[in-house]
Amino acid sequence: MKHKVAVLVENNPGVLAKVSNLFSRRGYNIESLVVSDTEDKSISRMTIVVDGDEKTIEQVTKQLHKLVDVIKVNDLTNDDTVCRQLLLVRVAADRETRGEIIQLMDIFRARIIDIGRRSLIIEATGDESKIEAILKSLQPFGIQEIVKTGISAMVRSPKEK
Amino acid sequence: MISALEAQGVDTIFGYPGGAVLEIYDALKTSNIRHVLVRNEQGGAHAASGYARATGKVGVCLATSGPGATNLVTGIATANMDSVPLVAITGQVPRSMIGTDAFQEIDITGITSPITKHNYLVQNVEDLPRIIAEAFYIARTGRPGPVLIDIPRDISQAVTEYVPVKEVDIRSYKPTVSGHMGMIKRAVKTIKASRKMVICVGGGVVASNSTAAVMKLAQMKNATVVSTMMGLSGYPASEARFLGMLGTYGNEGANLAVQDCDCLLALGMRFDDRVISTPGSFAPNAEIIHVDVDPAEIGKNVDINIPIVGDLRAVLDDLNTQLEKQDDLIVCESLYPQIPLPMSDGINVPWTMQLVESLVDKDKTIVTTDVGQHQVWTANSYNFTTPRKFISSGGLGTMGYGIPAAVGAQVACPDNLVIAVTGDGSFQMCMHELGTILEQELPIKIMVFNNNVLGMVRQLQYHYSGQRYSGVHFSKTVDFMMLAKAYGAAGYQITSREEAPEILKEAFENGRFSIIEIAIDPDDLCLPIVLGGHALDDMFLAPEV
Repeated sequence: MKHKVAVLVENNPGVLAKVSNLFSRRGYNIESLVVSDTEDKSISRMTIVVDGDEKTIEQVTKQLHKLVDVIKVNDLTNDDTVCRQLLLVRVAADRETRGEIIQLMDIFRARIIDIGRRSLIIEATGDESKIEAILKSLQPFGIQEIVKTGISAMVRSPKEK
Repeated sequence: MISALEAQGVDTIFGYPGGAVLEIYDALKTSNIRHVLVRNEQGGAHAASGYARATGKVGVCLATSGPGATNLVTGIATANMDSVPLVAITGQVPRSMIGTDAFQEIDITGITSPITKHNYLVQNVEDLPRIIAEAFYIARTGRPGPVLIDIPRDISQAVTEYVPVKEVDIRSYKPTVSGHMGMIKRAVKTIKASRKMVICVGGGVVASNSTAAVMKLAQMKNATVVSTMMGLSGYPASEARFLGMLGTYGNEGANLAVQDCDCLLALGMRFDDRVISTPGSFAPNAEIIHVDVDPAEIGKNVDINIPIVGDLRAVLDDLNTQLEKQDDLIVCESLYPQIPLPMSDGINVPWTMQLVESLVDKDKTIVTTDVGQHQVWTANSYNFTTPRKFISSGGLGTMGYGIPAAVGAQVACPDNLVIAVTGDGSFQMCMHELGTILEQELPIKIMVFNNNVLGMVRQLQYHYSGQRYSGVHFSKTVDFMMLAKAYGAAGYQITSREEAPEILKEAFENGRFSIIEIAIDPDDLCLPIVLGGHALDDMFLAPEV
């Protein structure tokens, strides 16, 4: 099962190498990894999607904790989270198909950000299933290039008073 | 930097100079720190490890950039597997040249990240005192381990005012000390009700100086005690309740006890595959209580019924206090029986080590070993009774550890008799350190058991390769007596049981570096042995005749 793990780390040089090293050395599989700075400049946040059973994830969490640069590890899988991924896709488009693609992308609230003579670049954000749906809908037109970020996730704020 | 090291109480550094550490060596010359010049950086790391294990203090080794740093790697990895507090300092090319493949440049923080507890590449000279203070703090607290500090040449050339570090506070590093009270209560309940209890002593018992607390619990409950290899010396082997080492190369009695017991209290150990043999078949009848300072060890290899994360001594004190209050504590009716180690006729390692034991003052004798048959035999035959008097590479199984570790131990404990037990294979892996022993005038006794083969690998080929021996035979014999002469050591040879006591006595009392060669039979096997895929109570006891 896929797990989303949020890791707060000291913003030190080499910390990304230490984290990725840990995954490869212990045979854990990283599906995606996003790193960015946070509201506190001395702290970076990694959102890592890792595939494995409960036991593996428990070991991943514990081993991450053992790294001195790691401040906090949270498994977000069972939390109520907002997840987003950014997609850039270049799709074949001529005068005949362009209109249809634009219409389709409107449904997904995706945006056309570049138009060439024979292709379009589309930008979309969403959770994994939406990104997948967009790609599926574009398939018939001819996808030429895909760039995706990993998943960024944030726990929803409490709603009750 | 030297002031920062002195502030950490460093009195000895095992090192080897080079271009990238010139300024550090220059400063070292006028300091109060003793520098022990080793013959290869690997020996420096092992010696620092031996020093740390003999004293409980942080061992320090120093090497230059590039090959100096890579030579440390085996020593650092050995220390990491055995949770030995070590600070390794390496030189690095100047910051402006990092990444250019400069002369003697190597990414040592990258290389050592999987084998250190933490490492640093120093970027500002002002950070150095803080980094050194943090490195020592990280190395010795929590689960101890090696920390590496890589110092670029321009940093060690820079001049700055030394500002002492008052307190170390690392927000991302807070080791757990006291155990969870709820878990301790559950453990007390289980221990209380157990009728056949076994306590397994791991390396953590030695590292946390918990021997007295373990003895108290064992006596209160009349529990049987077994040990991992790293745990040896952590519990007095002279007691009847102590059955010795468990595991693949363990004592028969210890393995049978573990497989039969109804409660196993595992203290500061990590359920290594050489300890449990086959997961799923380990201690099938037992409720397992696992106490360890490293949460990642809980449940890693074996499912645990009651996990307690915390400093071993703090947890044991809590357990003992609680257990003393129980009126209905069941005391085990009997101990599991001791089973003597099988021994071949003629001169062999177990017989010799039992003889050694009878000749020395064990409170003041440190035994180091290399890795192989001699190590297993020593672990199984010499009854270690005082903590920190047994030093051996457990987790990584590093051949070549014993002699440099003896250097560290002898430097740390000049009034102790230090005996390095080795085989003719391991001896030759770090024999360059004989030069260090000569120069430092260390009265180390090296006992080299010579069978002209790599005995342990040969034994594995006996069991697993149908006695097809490949690459294990030394076709030309080393003249160890000539070697002793070359390195200024007294040389002795033992070929029979009759002459052994007198020769050993003389060698131990001559006050100088000695090499004692003991010829043994290459067909001698470490027995019993648990073969791969078998449970601990399914031992290979003796070859069919």
